[in-house]
Amino acid sequence: MSFARFAARRLLEMAATLLGASFVIFGAMYLAPGDPASFLLSGRSASPAALAAINQQYHLDDPFFVRYFRWLGQLLHGDFGRSIEYRTDVSKLLADRLPSTLLLVAMALVLVVAAGLALGWIGAVRGGAVDSTILVTTTVAVGTPSFVAAILLQGLFAVRLGWFPTSGTGQGFGDMVWHLTLPAIALALYLIGMLARVTRAAMLEQLGGEHVAVARSRGVPERQVIWRHVLRNALGTVLTTGGLIVSTLIICTVLVESAFSIGGIGQLLELATTTKDFPTVQAISLLIVGLFMTVNLIVDLLFPLVDPTVTLGARRSTA
Amino acid sequence: MTRTLDIKSLRLRLPDTARPVLDGVDLHIAAGETVALVGESGSGKTLTSRTVLRLLPKGAETEGEVDVAGENVLAMTPQQLHALRTGRVAMIFQDPRAAINPLRRVGDFLTEGVRLTGTLSEQDATRRAGELLEAVGLSGAVLRHYPGQMSGGMLQRVMIAAALMGDPVLLLADEPTTALDVTSQAEVVALIGELKERFGTGLLFVTHDLGLAAAISDRVYVMYAGRIVETGPAEALFADPRHPYTRALLDASPRLIEPGRRLAAIDGQPPDLRQELTGCPFAPRCRFATGLCTTQAPQPQAAPGAPGHLAACHHSDRLAEGAADA
Ligand SMILES: Nc1ncnc2c1ncn2[C@@H]1O[C@H](COP(=O)(O)OP(=O)(O)OP(=O)(O)O)[C@@H](O)[C@H]1O
Ligand SMILES: [Mg+2]
Repeated sequence: MSFARFAARRLLEMAATLLGASFVIFGAMYLAPGDPASFLLSGRSASPAALAAINQQYHLDDPFFVRYFRWLGQLLHGDFGRSIEYRTDVSKLLADRLPSTLLLVAMALVLVVAAGLALGWIGAVRGGAVDSTILVTTTVAVGTPSFVAAILLQGLFAVRLGWFPTSGTGQGFGDMVWHLTLPAIALALYLIGMLARVTRAAMLEQLGGEHVAVARSRGVPERQVIWRHVLRNALGTVLTTGGLIVSTLIICTVLVESAFSIGGIGQLLELATTTKDFPTVQAISLLIVGLFMTVNLIVDLLFPLVDPTVTLGARRSTA
Repeated sequence: MTRTLDIKSLRLRLPDTARPVLDGVDLHIAAGETVALVGESGSGKTLTSRTVLRLLPKGAETEGEVDVAGENVLAMTPQQLHALRTGRVAMIFQDPRAAINPLRRVGDFLTEGVRLTGTLSEQDATRRAGELLEAVGLSGAVLRHYPGQMSGGMLQRVMIAAALMGDPVLLLADEPTTALDVTSQAEVVALIGELKERFGTGLLFVTHDLGLAAAISDRVYVMYAGRIVETGPAEALFADPRHPYTRALLDASPRLIEPGRRLAAIDGQPPDLRQELTGCPFAPRCRFATGLCTTQAPQPQAAPGAPGHLAACHHSDRLAEGAADA
């Protein structure tokens, strides 16, 4: 498939997916129990006039489809509406909070890729006691929920040892990295275990392959055998898992940001959900769908580089 | 003159087995000679040929000697072994599609051995790869192909070209035609024979096809349950088999000369590796077997007047009479 056709098809697919997602998200908010107007009044009894004013400001009396298409029209103009809870534009809220979440996800991803690949690699190549130790460790990592990891890390490295702050986001890049280190580790732990296991299994499969024996029989140095024939051939599996990993990272930020009081998108989503701040919830949900699709697109674009026998767009999306 | 390959009393033991999977194998190849190794599935042909490059399964233990040009492969240092693999001995594998990494170009496959070890520069390696591709009847354009774009026959030609890259003195071909269709089979066999003459290499040709073995080789070794049960010049072995197993293999293989003849399958199964063996391993399936065969392992004995024709059978002479009667 030519790149132009691939791009055109993917853009259409993404637009259709976003449209579908917007409908589902909007509908879910519509059906959700609880009434934003009463929340805005914080339980105080209000005069019918005040209620009517709020209903009018948020168009709560209009029919569903009218509200949906109005919202959609605003979205197309980059207008995500106004937050009920924060009384500012949702787009401004997102812009303020996106950097810390993206940094958190990026830091966690670096940890996952570095540690996951290294552990899987060492386990597969070394075998024996080293491999068993790695297997046990990764099993524990995979079995530890990220909020448990968050509490443990917080208790040990922040409270007991005082090496890292217990919570908060920080100001400026260096400070943010320092604040986000423990959260990133908490976020990464489970996925390090998962990637290590996937990498190990994929490399072991290749190691047992005939082409590896052939390379050895021709005197290719062992280091090169591992690099050119084992790791190289395992990369496809690793990349596919990579898409899944980034998606999981994005979802799990909700838990970890709350645990560490990080002013990011995940925490905002949690607060907005509990306060029925539906314009904010809708915007974040849509943003997450958009991020998932972007991740998938990147994986699909990278795949032909990792496996030259696969043509662009032929891989079935899995993430 | 030193032999290109000289395997002496090779014994190979795998983990969790009751008996050695190779049990006292003796096999030699003179410079430029073609030798076939024949036997049914599981007899140990692949393990024997892989041992020459010391490509052993995990946990394998060896005894005996495997000399290549006078040097024992089993006692080599990693550096010596490396030199052996990049130069003197090369292997052609059974299934080229499994043997060549599908994610790398054919050119990379051909040149990686000599290039990564610094034997040849990148340009020299590519030039030599181009010449050898021509020698095996392929165009230089396939250097840029991926294995998935080529047929099995073409890939096996690539495999043969790759084996010749390091100027080997010995080629090991492990059932190089089994994974190919009939036309490609004939072409590949002819090609191996021709190139072997042209480059003057010794050849160990592993096959389970006795007819093919006789057609291409000077001498034949017949293997059963990890032992060489008979060896001799190809014609002698064919005309006058002195081991009942060889005889049975001959009766079981189709021959164009006698199309109407019924093929005789060999009854029974080869012995399991988890089972100890006393006496002759073929005895349970042998119609000549006596009490002696189950208690005492036969040693290789030369046929009368033919010192190069050996069979490990207590009843070689009865077999010859039986053949005369039939
Ligand atoms: N890597 C291994 N691990 C364990 N057992 C093995 C291994 N390789 C071979 N064997 C065993 O050793 C025996 C001989 O195997 P080998 O591959 O040498 O037979 P072969 O004569 O080449 O048979 P075929 O005609 O099927 O290729 C078989 O019983 C096999 O199960
Ligand atoms: Mg074999």
